[in-house]
Amino acid sequence: MPYESVIGLEVHAQLLTESKIFCGCSTRFGAAPNQHTCPVCLGLPGVLPVLNKKVVDFALRAALATHCTIAPTSRWARKNYFYPDLPKGYQISMYELPIAEHGHVEVAALRPDSGQAQGQAKKVCLTRIHMEEDAGKSIHDAEAGASLVDLNRTGVPLLEIVSEPDIRSAAEAGHYLRSLRTLLQYIEVCDGNMEEGSLRCDANVSIRPQGNAELGTRTEIKNLNSFRAVEKAIEHEIQRQSEVVEAGGRVVQETRLWDADREVTRPMRSKEFAHDYRYFPDPDLLPLVVDQAWVEHVQADLPELPAARRARFIHDYGLPVYDAEVLTARKDVADYFEASVRACPAVPKVVSNWVMDSVLRFVKEEKLDAALKIETWPCSPEHLGMLIGLIQDGTISTTIAKTIYEEMRQTGHPPEEIIEAKGLRQVSDTDTLQAAITEVLTANPDKVEAYRGGREKLLGFFVGQVMRATQGKANPQMVNTLLRQQLSQ
Amino acid sequence: MSHYALTIHQAQEKLRAREVSAVELSQAVLNRIQDTDQHLHSYLTVCAEEALAQAETADRTLANGVTPPPLCGIPIALKDVILAQGVRSTAGSKILEHFVSPYDATVTQHLKEAGAVIIGKVNCDEFAMGSSNENSAFAPCRNPWDTDRVPGGSSGGSAACVAADQTCAALGTDTGGSIRLPAAFCGIVGLKPTYGRVSRFGVVAYASSLDQVGPCTKDVRDCALLLEVIAGYDPRDSTSVNRPTPSYTAHLERGVSGLRIGIPQEYFIEGMQPEVETAVRDAIAHLSTLGAEIVPISLPHTEYAIASYYIIAMAEASSNLARYDGVRYGYRAAEVEDLGALYQTTRAQGFGSEVKRRIALGTYVLSAGYYDAYYVKAQKVRTLIRQDFLSAFEACDIIATPVAPTTAFRLGEKLADPLTMYLSDIFTIAVNLAGLPGLSVPCGFDQHGLPIGLQLIGRPFDEEALLQAGYAYEQDHDWRARKPPL
Amino acid sequence: MRITPDEVRQIATLARLSFTEEELTELTQHFDTILTYVDKLGELQTDSVEPTAHAVAVSAPLRDDVVTNTPNAAQTDALLANAPSRKTHFFRVPKIIE
Repeated sequence: MPYESVIGLEVHAQLLTESKIFCGCSTRFGAAPNQHTCPVCLGLPGVLPVLNKKVVDFALRAALATHCTIAPTSRWARKNYFYPDLPKGYQISMYELPIAEHGHVEVAALRPDSGQAQGQAKKVCLTRIHMEEDAGKSIHDAEAGASLVDLNRTGVPLLEIVSEPDIRSAAEAGHYLRSLRTLLQYIEVCDGNMEEGSLRCDANVSIRPQGNAELGTRTEIKNLNSFRAVEKAIEHEIQRQSEVVEAGGRVVQETRLWDADREVTRPMRSKEFAHDYRYFPDPDLLPLVVDQAWVEHVQADLPELPAARRARFIHDYGLPVYDAEVLTARKDVADYFEASVRACPAVPKVVSNWVMDSVLRFVKEEKLDAALKIETWPCSPEHLGMLIGLIQDGTISTTIAKTIYEEMRQTGHPPEEIIEAKGLRQVSDTDTLQAAITEVLTANPDKVEAYRGGREKLLGFFVGQVMRATQGKANPQMVNTLLRQQLSQ
Repeated sequence: MSHYALTIHQAQEKLRAREVSAVELSQAVLNRIQDTDQHLHSYLTVCAEEALAQAETADRTLANGVTPPPLCGIPIALKDVILAQGVRSTAGSKILEHFVSPYDATVTQHLKEAGAVIIGKVNCDEFAMGSSNENSAFAPCRNPWDTDRVPGGSSGGSAACVAADQTCAALGTDTGGSIRLPAAFCGIVGLKPTYGRVSRFGVVAYASSLDQVGPCTKDVRDCALLLEVIAGYDPRDSTSVNRPTPSYTAHLERGVSGLRIGIPQEYFIEGMQPEVETAVRDAIAHLSTLGAEIVPISLPHTEYAIASYYIIAMAEASSNLARYDGVRYGYRAAEVEDLGALYQTTRAQGFGSEVKRRIALGTYVLSAGYYDAYYVKAQKVRTLIRQDFLSAFEACDIIATPVAPTTAFRLGEKLADPLTMYLSDIFTIAVNLAGLPGLSVPCGFDQHGLPIGLQLIGRPFDEEALLQAGYAYEQDHDWRARKPPL
Repeated sequence: MRITPDEVRQIATLARLSFTEEELTELTQHFDTILTYVDKLGELQTDSVEPTAHAVAVSAPLRDDVVTNTPNAAQTDALLANAPSRKTHFFRVPKIIE
């Protein structure tokens, strides 16, 4: 029987605030264990939470960027469960009244990382967005028989973004997640780094006979810490569920963990206690009231979103639709492009070609997709713009520019400096070129004869020889013109 | 008069006049504790060394000649749920037996800034859950008027130590009557401020939407004085209310002329100890002779208060006490092999039976399938109770009732039946549900020589009216002159 | 009875408590008494009543996004001093099985 898979994603995005959601501890990653803790985030007796305003600002940004309805009053709830990395024995979250509901994400038709087509553009609806606090971290393999607990991450603000079960394939889940990440990066609320855990994803997966409207029993898959894991795990889980059903069995509602090494999902063993989170309104936090003025303020400050930027690239820079989509699929790439154009405003399309051909290729090759450090890329956008400018004004040839670019990428030096140091300036001096041409023609009397006898294709050969003699620095247009003159004499 | 018997305001005068030094005062109180506490068990931790050091600092300040801070050199005891940095804070529980707080509660900070000497941490029901102090994991605190009887709970130690002159004053906490009931049983003044008036930061939580810190004092003036020091907005407590704190002492003597005092029919019930009813009615009559207008009122949902309260309080408690898991601090069961045992054995051994009962019941009323029937229902009834008071306050300015239907009962008398114990709070609980201020003032003794308390209930943030009425009454009745036979 | 000992046992597990059989019998009895008592709330018609979660009707105060706790070793030591089991600056617990 053909099955249709039904997938919904729950995404947790760590927010880029300086301090934690309910206390004044730093959110910075990588501190010594329990350094970024205080009585509040350690859940000592008597402590109370006080909400970080920036967290609400960021939640509102995300809500506006995903076309959600914003609740004028939302409410904090306690989610009760026991775990060593959850100090209070409950997580402060939102339940009955989340800050935002009923939004959607437009899943782009191109993959943000490669610019390759990924099928139809579509809308994935969002059930809700809410704020909550992160838990700490447990280390399981440092000591036999013991786990170690570090609570630095406890209380780091999270947005939970829950999609409707609108997704129909593992690949589509990946596309949705990439588009969502792009959006969060655009609005500067999350760095989107899955490997470091600042963007996390759980998948709810079920299958049903094609054409059925009813939903099947779903499983929740956790431990998905890369795009690849999301796609692989969902693919595997669909396969597993199909096999269970094909064999006459029933899918059990459960939480499963993705084992990235073995590429399988397996049931979580620690869930022997039936889950009953006993949500109730947190008596320590009053309802959150967001008035229209606050929403308008956040709206006014909202950074440009991908769709608007795409349109602007087409309109302002005259770029083809394809270029605009590829460049805007990642905010850092789009920023890089615009910074390059500022250094070389005359030819945006040429800049676009350079960014797509060179920058994106290296970004991909060097896995900058994961580390996302285009700001620290050695070749600054200004230098790239300067390089293109130098081609435009005839200082260097396109061929030489490629060599210079390679050097810029490795050293971070400005193009002028490399040109000077390596003497790569284009030779446009007529006397020098004439001399080089004379030398080439003198060395190849038979080919000169043949050319003059009508084999005009040999012109390319002569140009190549002249370029070689000048280590590629000769101005190709001038070489062409001068060659024709000499050969016709 | 011995130094230890001084009220705050008497001690203030003597300290400022240099008739007594802060060290002498603290030493007198420490000696008094030493002499009497084996009969009472008011104190869980006596901070002798720190107290004397603080008293020395106070003496230097007093010698400076500049106006000293209001509580300079005055010994104050803290209920053991209120944290003080570097001091053991058990909350009356074995699970926190060796917990030393790394930080000060906001009220503790306020006391220190006001120059107070933190004399020690006093006994209470475990995690403030109880009406008799018998749920203390260490030893039940006893009533100074009759040591076979309970001091009331949960702030039993706070009331007993004040009544027995083991301190000038104390702080307690009140979730369903935990300051007012022991104040009445021990014959002292106790105030539960409006919810949000005093910071809860650094106060071990029992039921967060009901808990409030308040003064336990020898007279009403002290109560006003101490409230002035601890009240105020705290940016670390999101439920504390940002509005100015009036000077409660400045207008204490305004009197009750023209004040409308509401008398709710539902608070004079069958089965009440007759002497209690008489004493309370006499007190109301006296206020009337002082110019107050007596208005009969009705609080129709009174009989539902206890049910609503216990559901809400237990639900919040079940969550508030989840943090005691033996991971970061507190008791951990020995030789647990896995995580499940770590939690279950630690908590089974660390908590007492009443606490476990409330956690279990609270867990039950929040669990899937019961949440709406119990928890949401209780919250709705809470709304009705609050509305009762708000409409009553259209016809009156304050409300007068008994604090409890009886005087102090005997140890063990109500232990077997938790529900009977819960009913001790029948007149105090609604005030917490509505978030109102409530004052307990001594208004007589029964035939056994046990104190009786008058409860005055005010509009939100109108502690002033309660203190003024309590003060007016107290000026004409010096019940305080009678001392417990210790 | 409103509730069986088995149900009470389940609740105990959910609350990470454990009871002896004897305690469980007594606790079940207490559950029964108290749940029967609180049933009186059912006498009240509350369909149109809003629940009260907070006694004060104001909205949540907010703090600015500023780091106010600068980490220092002495403070971390004080915060960890009450831990029943530690390894350096980690809390130690029996092995967690996922």
